[in-house]
Amino acid sequence: MIFLAISGYFTPVTQVLLSPIVGAQTWISEQFLSIQNFLSTPRDVTELLQRNAELEAEVASLETQVIELQQQLTEYQILSSLLDFARAYPEYEYVGASVIGRDPSPFLQYVIINRGSDDGLRRGMTVVTQQGLVGRVSQVTAASANVQLITDPAMSINVQLQPSRDRAVLSGTITGDLILEYIPQAANVNPGDLVLSSGFGGNYPPNILIGQVTSIRSLDIDLFQSGSVQPVVDFEQLEIVLVITNFQPIDLEPLLPPTAEP
Amino acid sequence: MVTLLAIPLFIILGIFQSAVVSRLPLLHGTADLILLVVIAWALQERVRSAWQWALIAGLVVGFLTALNFIIPLAGYFFVTGLALFLRQRIWQVPLLAMLTVTFVGTLFIDITTAIYLNVFGTSLPILETLNLIILPGTILNLILSIPVYALVKDLAEWVYPEEIDI
Repeated sequence: MIFLAISGYFTPVTQVLLSPIVGAQTWISEQFLSIQNFLSTPRDVTELLQRNAELEAEVASLETQVIELQQQLTEYQILSSLLDFARAYPEYEYVGASVIGRDPSPFLQYVIINRGSDDGLRRGMTVVTQQGLVGRVSQVTAASANVQLITDPAMSINVQLQPSRDRAVLSGTITGDLILEYIPQAANVNPGDLVLSSGFGGNYPPNILIGQVTSIRSLDIDLFQSGSVQPVVDFEQLEIVLVITNFQPIDLEPLLPPTAEP
Repeated sequence: MVTLLAIPLFIILGIFQSAVVSRLPLLHGTADLILLVVIAWALQERVRSAWQWALIAGLVVGFLTALNFIIPLAGYFFVTGLALFLRQRIWQVPLLAMLTVTFVGTLFIDITTAIYLNVFGTSLPILETLNLIILPGTILNLILSIPVYALVKDLAEWVYPEEIDI
């Protein structure tokens, strides 16, 4: 019998006998696995849901970090530009300040900054950004200051045009635009010319960029030419400014001749 | 006590006005949140501190703005007086009173400001001022007047709870 089994003569018999046994075992095993999966699925789903929630929270946290880092990057870029400006004009001393609000009145073009007399600010100090002239300090408290922008309708600045080197007066308007007035008729001014502070009057340091001429109106019947200027500073997006602390506006009143009394 | 509540309220509103609302112009006009709160407070039936709130609001805005503080103070006193006058006359429709006082009050304050600036040397073209600042500001105030009225009404009911007769 053993010799016949070793020789393989019993193979068909074993196949016939074993195949139903194997089939039954396979079926039982499958059913068991199905039942086992069915019983363990809720726990898996719960774990998956929990893991999903954890990952979503982590994603939200990372997104917040990304936004914060982007803001810091923007702030760094602004500060870096301001530092470049400060290095370009090393003769002045600066105090950096953030713009924290605007004047509640829509008639005025003022901003509020978070530096004040405690930081060395005084009334009349010039305010700039890396792009150019912003305005001047008009009111100061201990920890904040009001800055009158060059676009304010009450603002007038004596300017010099490049390359003609002619002088004119730059004024603000209620819409925030800048207009050039009192340009001599003989002046050769063209759109694209640069507008810089002239230093005349002693209110602002000279040669600070203000903007670019966009249009000129010249009529023979007028005494002066006039024009409009596109400011280099975007006053709607002001975030950080520099206050020049070692340039004091000059008070010209003692130099003016006294008015004759009637 | 109720008057003291106005101090932190208007300081917070002033911060919100200068940091947020003034940066959301329509053309070049902006809403005046503090004006709306002053009007809404004065229109509340049980309120007895309308003048004090107008004074505190005027001082807060006067501190924030570069304008002479007399302008917002006079404006808020004017709207308070008008609101108290209309409160007795249009008491059945307080929202109508709110819209009316907002419209008239905004025009009063803006025109007063424009006249003040013109008198003291700032040239303002009349048509541009009207089209770009006064009218858009009035529209914004009218739009915000109703939600502000609702909020202030809730505040007034919390500060002056209705007495129940048992």
